[in-house]
Amino acid sequence: MPAPDGDGSAGEGGAQDLSQESIEGHVAAALRAVGAAGDLDELKQARLAHAGDRSPLALANRAIGGLPGSEKAAAGKLVGQARGKVNQALAARQVELEAERDERILVDEAMDLTVAPGRRPLGRRHVLTVTAERMADAMVGMGWEIAEGPQVEAEWFNFDALNFDKDHPARQMQDTFFVDPAKAGLVLRTHTSPVQARSLIERGVPLYVAVPGKTFRTDELDATHTPVFHQLEGLAIDEGLTMAHLKGTLDRLAEGMFGPGIVSRLRPAYFPFTEPSAEMDFRCFVCRGVATDPACRTCGGTGWIEWGGCGMVNQNVLRACGVDPDRYQGFAFGMGVERTAMFRHGIADMREMIEGDVRFNAQFGMEI
Amino acid sequence: MRVPVDWLGEYVALPEGVTGEQIAADLVAVGLEEEGLHTSGVGGPLVVGRVLELTPEEQKNGKTINWCQVDVGDSNGTGEPQGIVCGAHNFAVGDLVAVILPGGTLTTPQGPLTISARKTYGHISAGMICSVRELGIGEDHDRILVLPRLLPAEVVAGLSPGDDLIRVLGLDRETVEVNVTPDRGYCFSIRGIAREYSHSTGAAFTDPASLPVDPGVGEGYAVRLADDAPLEGVPGCDRYLARIVRGIDLTRTTPEWMARRLTEAGMRPIGLAVDVTNYVMLALGQPLHAFDLDTLTGPIVVRRTRPGERLTTLDDVDRALDPEDLLITDGGERILALAGVMGGEDGEVTPGQTTDVLIEAAHFDARTVGRTARRHRLSSEAAKRFERGVDPDVTAAAAQLAVDLLVEHGGGTADPAIADVDQRADRPAIDLDLTMATRYVGVNYSFDRVRALLTLIGCEVVDTQDPQRVSVLPPSWRPDLTDAPTLVEEVARVDGYDKIPSVVPRAVGGRGLTHAQRSRRAVATALAGQGLQEVLTYPFVGADRFDELGLPEDDPHRRTTRLANPLSDEAPLLRTALLQTLPEAVLRNVSRGSRDVALFEIDTVTQPAGELQAPVPGVGELPSDEVLAEIRAAVPAQPWHVAVMAAGQADRAGWWGRGRPVDVVDVVGWAHAVADALGVPVERRQAERAPFHPGRCVELVLADGTRVGWAGELHPQVVQRLGLPARTSAAELDLDVLVAASDHRTQVAPLSTHPLATSDVSLEVPRGVRYGDVEESLRAGAGELLEAIELFDVYTGDQVSQDRHSLAFRMHFRAPDRTLTTTEVNTARDAAVARASQDHGAVQR
Repeated sequence: MPAPDGDGSAGEGGAQDLSQESIEGHVAAALRAVGAAGDLDELKQARLAHAGDRSPLALANRAIGGLPGSEKAAAGKLVGQARGKVNQALAARQVELEAERDERILVDEAMDLTVAPGRRPLGRRHVLTVTAERMADAMVGMGWEIAEGPQVEAEWFNFDALNFDKDHPARQMQDTFFVDPAKAGLVLRTHTSPVQARSLIERGVPLYVAVPGKTFRTDELDATHTPVFHQLEGLAIDEGLTMAHLKGTLDRLAEGMFGPGIVSRLRPAYFPFTEPSAEMDFRCFVCRGVATDPACRTCGGTGWIEWGGCGMVNQNVLRACGVDPDRYQGFAFGMGVERTAMFRHGIADMREMIEGDVRFNAQFGMEI
Repeated sequence: MRVPVDWLGEYVALPEGVTGEQIAADLVAVGLEEEGLHTSGVGGPLVVGRVLELTPEEQKNGKTINWCQVDVGDSNGTGEPQGIVCGAHNFAVGDLVAVILPGGTLTTPQGPLTISARKTYGHISAGMICSVRELGIGEDHDRILVLPRLLPAEVVAGLSPGDDLIRVLGLDRETVEVNVTPDRGYCFSIRGIAREYSHSTGAAFTDPASLPVDPGVGEGYAVRLADDAPLEGVPGCDRYLARIVRGIDLTRTTPEWMARRLTEAGMRPIGLAVDVTNYVMLALGQPLHAFDLDTLTGPIVVRRTRPGERLTTLDDVDRALDPEDLLITDGGERILALAGVMGGEDGEVTPGQTTDVLIEAAHFDARTVGRTARRHRLSSEAAKRFERGVDPDVTAAAAQLAVDLLVEHGGGTADPAIADVDQRADRPAIDLDLTMATRYVGVNYSFDRVRALLTLIGCEVVDTQDPQRVSVLPPSWRPDLTDAPTLVEEVARVDGYDKIPSVVPRAVGGRGLTHAQRSRRAVATALAGQGLQEVLTYPFVGADRFDELGLPEDDPHRRTTRLANPLSDEAPLLRTALLQTLPEAVLRNVSRGSRDVALFEIDTVTQPAGELQAPVPGVGELPSDEVLAEIRAAVPAQPWHVAVMAAGQADRAGWWGRGRPVDVVDVVGWAHAVADALGVPVERRQAERAPFHPGRCVELVLADGTRVGWAGELHPQVVQRLGLPARTSAAELDLDVLVAASDHRTQVAPLSTHPLATSDVSLEVPRGVRYGDVEESLRAGAGELLEAIELFDVYTGDQVSQDRHSLAFRMHFRAPDRTLTTTEVNTARDAAVARASQDHGAVQR
């Protein structure tokens, strides 16, 4: 750092040269030093040297008191103006240097953020639970409520209440897990339908409930089967409900899951707990049923995709649940949540959904 | 059910040129779902060829091939003879053979094969001379199909070289396979399918059961129905018809057309007598049984099983019979067959030996046959039909058709006498309100339309006094039509489900998701937000899992529900906690290279209380309140749980800096996140409990002491036994407890805006004193001004004695209505310290 010109050679208490030339010389020296200060530290030094207590101008200021009264005013003005000029320069330089410093810090602190960080990645919900929630929400949107029931279920609720006679082939076709011993009368529910009976008995009619839940059949796990799977059940019992209402409800749900214009189709079928019964399909959301692509990979060129079973609730079910079948009637339906998710997301292999591989979950957002 | 199209066409008028695909689509419309479409797999050009020259050429490998010139007319485009290499030798110059030309296709065991001209054995072989097996019309591979040996002379006479053979050989034939639902037994016959096709398309139906039936002269073979234990009041057999055909020519074989139809329908031709019974069963749906008349000694007696009886059935299995099994016996003693299910060794027809047969055409009870078939795991073609219901009125026609076929193709003579024991009950008529179909389906069906549709499917519709009501007698082949809704289904089905409009019902109005449902979603979302992945594991475990988890013998988690028929004998139990099945998911991820894994699962677990039995009172009736209560009580408790399990890094290392392994503090934190997500305060108690590390486990409880669950690091031995990564940590909470505790409306306290005063204290306490207890004492001593407290440091070392440690707490004070003075803060702090000293011997440093 350059020493200020005219270093205090006069010394404190020495005679001060209060001439205009001398004062202007001090100012010039100060302004040079301020201008030369390259950072805030140097500026600090310059301030000490040229505006500090022992700076020539401060000493000159003090010396004014020793002048004869007639000279005091002129000298005061001269020194005061000089100090003002120096302080102004210091302040201006201070602002400049601070701005430079702030700029430099930002440059120094810069980070390259072009590689994604992964310190603690977000977790995910499972596609099946989120799909089931989405289906449930579509039903809630139609004014229905969501009911639940146990996975280990009484045989009566799983079969007899639903008009599955003990000797009916349909009861044998369910591939049921039975609880040991057989006389316990318990099974792993083969469908969510027992909740139909539980809801009717517990809540009574009119009733509009949907039941998402886990179900079980004795299938070995492969690409298209799993012994543990999920269904969404729907049950509406009221006065005057018809198969047209069933179709309307399915159309709404299909649109909710697969998009506008994706409607349902009914085909005759048989289930013990519904009469009339139907299989339901939804319109292929890829080719939209336009027969221009006989090789549509999603629907196989049929334009429709199988979704589940449905029908008007069998009067024997209503009787078993204490509902007067001459006054109340309604419909029920059930479809696979796995199947719905597989079609929505192009999942080809069932096993990917049940293995718990975190890479599978990571493909989805929290809302699907 | 496989339906050969040409057979179907015999009973219902198929449109000219209709495809199997179109037939399948028409059947779908009436509820017969397509299972498959079977074709010959042979595609032309396949033409008649006349062998002009045949030159045997011996090859280096010792094999002799024939270099042939074959006249294929103009079918090859040139009219010149076709040069073809052939390895077979059972034909000669001048023979008419089947030639497939380049561009044609065959089906081989390896898949479709397209024929092309190719160089082989030094010649360009342009096509193939086909064997019966290559064309899929026989098994004999080596033998070339020489047309006159297969086709009738009059057909051969009309053939010239170059003529198309696809149709002549029936290779354009198709078989439609449909799925028959369990209520439609009658569709296990071509007769039934043809009727349904007629319903779907309006095509004219000709009932194959409408054939002239011999009246029967004199007494037939003695038959006695002696069922003394009917099931549910229904006799096991209500009609038994026996007819005899004698003198069947043993040299006669099953006609080619019949063998082909049987094959196409999926059955193997065996011998004429048996093939005829199978053919009639497929045609009319009536299972028949043929007995060797010479082996019968007494009357046919149909009865239930006596104690201790056994039977070796035709599948060579010696079976202990059940008193409910219905038997066909010779003279009441010797057992011939399990009625309607399968025959035994005695009395069976022996191909090449039996000349006189007794044909049984009987009607057996669906329940009896079904139970026997299931009991003995015998799913025969006969049982499949009887348990779904066979037309009781087709019996005589079926027997007649079998007799006619045996006489025509076997050269036999039918006995004029017919045994026919007929104890059929009248079918009940169904009372139908003609408006019901409209009210049920939502399509406006006129009364006439309902009458017409029901008549179309074979019902007799009889008017009653009330113009709105009719009495409907269903056809004999429809035992599934039992009440008015079943008739409504027929109306809707035959009219077409595609006519049903779409109307969204106005529900009564719901109240949205329940608190529990919303809570489970909130917990799942919170955990996912904390970086955990949701998984769904199978609930099946083996008892060895409890040992691996180190559960004591009396641990309630060992009280499980066992499956009678588990998928795997190694996992026959239902989990009582989610932590029992989460390890597999962790291990799978680790083995696939995802080492940093934090998983959670939300599901119910099964916690049985005892050996209760659920009554099974049967269909169609509401059980009494007592029985319902018994049913409900026997269903084991299945509380909702949430569990987490984590291993590897909690914070991962990377360009941003260092990582940090997951530890017990993380899982305890996640357990709190679950409680916090539901706004439920929980308290912690240090715990020792399997499967956790004895020194790193905490029990979470509600303020009232109700247990919520545990969190901790897994015991090192558990980690080792399960092969989990070191320091795997886990938690499991009872969500039902948390949800119940959260089911209240939180009431807010006003927020104070006065300044916060903070004071730190350092307390030396004996090592055994729990941090939480010290914190609790400070909290209690500090009083209402204390807003929050945190333990921010624990010190052990030179500055404190060995048996003590120093806990540094930061206490935050605030008053609702004023700025606290230093004196107030100090007073509160000193009171807190005094309480900690009193409770735990804490000394302020």
